Amino acid sequence: MVQSLNRLKESASQTAGPYVHIGLTPNFAEIGGVYPEDLGTSMVNDKTKGERITVTGRVIDGTGTPLRDALLEIWQADADGLYNSPSEMRGAADPNFTGWGRCPTHMDTGVFTFHTVKPGRVPFPDGRMMAPHITFWVVARGINLGLQTRMYFGDEEKANKEDPILTRVEHQVRVPTLIAKREGDTYSFDIHLQGEKETIFFDI
Amino acid sequence: MSEANFLHNQKPETGSFFQRDLNWHPKAFTPWYKTSVVRSPQRAMLSLDNTISEITGPRFGHNILGELDNDLILNFAKPGESAIGPRIIVYGRVLDERGKGVPGALLEFWQANAGGRYRHKKEGYQAPLDPNFGGCGRTITDEEGNYFFRTVQPGPYPWPNGPNDWRPAHIHFSIFGHGFAQRLITQMYFEGDPLIPMCPIVRTIADPAAIDQLTAALDMSATTPMDSRAYKFDIVLRGRRSTFFENKKEGN
Repeated sequence: MVQSLNRLKESASQTAGPYVHIGLTPNFAEIGGVYPEDLGTSMVNDKTKGERITVTGRVIDGTGTPLRDALLEIWQADADGLYNSPSEMRGAADPNFTGWGRCPTHMDTGVFTFHTVKPGRVPFPDGRMMAPHITFWVVARGINLGLQTRMYFGDEEKANKEDPILTRVEHQVRVPTLIAKREGDTYSFDIHLQGEKETIFFDI
Repeated sequence: MSEANFLHNQKPETGSFFQRDLNWHPKAFTPWYKTSVVRSPQRAMLSLDNTISEITGPRFGHNILGELDNDLILNFAKPGESAIGPRIIVYGRVLDERGKGVPGALLEFWQANAGGRYRHKKEGYQAPLDPNFGGCGRTITDEEGNYFFRTVQPGPYPWPNGPNDWRPAHIHFSIFGHGFAQRLITQMYFEGDPLIPMCPIVRTIADPAAIDQLTAALDMSATTPMDSRAYKFDIVLRGRRSTFFENKKEGN
């Protein structure tokens, strides 16, 4: 016998189900008057520093159909590469930027949209700089454990080429699934759950 | 900085989180839960230790909370009225895998009403809506990770999967810990519900011990006599590595 490590097990995940909006975006679900506004609706205000961008896309299933009942959250650094979090020890992030957004996909079109700023670069644990990126978390009916992935920026070719994570991907042919195309101030980022274009998901 | 850390003048933790046990969580592809078939990734995930992007996470202050946010019996009810159904208190702690309480964790919960009907436009079950029940609530854990809320016990309901599948009574929980890597959505079931072992969604979890961990215990000692029964439901988030030594360079 050896000593016990006395560790608990993480509570197992269960699907967010078809009615995730009731809990996480009740105003979107037309349950008014409980919360003044849905959390995560706005990430920026008039004073937020940085380049304003729009991030939009869809979550697409194995038949090519966009999910109309998914919910996404994003988490990112501010324009200077600092996270608005107590665990950020490198400095104080822009107080006018939350870094966190939440958006249900449109009930008819399946489109999600975030209005945010382009994040600065943050370091990998070994000190090298990662390319600018936004962390995505996707939940929906039929997804048993929330899916985590990242969006990188199509106009950051040089930074992407030296990114410690992108360069580690064994099948480089899949890297484009993580890179959003820029058109004007809008980046388009579709997430494919299955198929030829299946997005790289992170076990991280 | 969270209020709890502020009060104790603690340095926030910055270690990476323990790897998720993907054999304990449900697998993505669980064909007896039909919706998972075309929504389950099929390729191997990219496994990595956390970076600062996962170690950090948003934190929510008590200032976002309204007075009735943790009272689903009243938070959608007309003045002087209340939701119909068996009155219950749900309480517990949010811990991490090291057994440490997680202070300042935002919990959001949602559920069907006592008849098993959700207030949602895509919901078609014939059980009636309760005009005084919205079905959502939220709270933030205290310094030790404790939380509680009041609601009505939700009813079980049928759903289109197999020809006669019923969900056991359950409450959905969404939990934010201290890092985005801890983000979790799960469901709480009720002790003694015979529908639990029959449910295709419950059965996406392979290990019976993991299902037991999602089953809240009736706690007659926490019950308010002549008012509400109480159920205890603890939630465990990913643990965090201690930063014993700071190694700047590793393998590079």
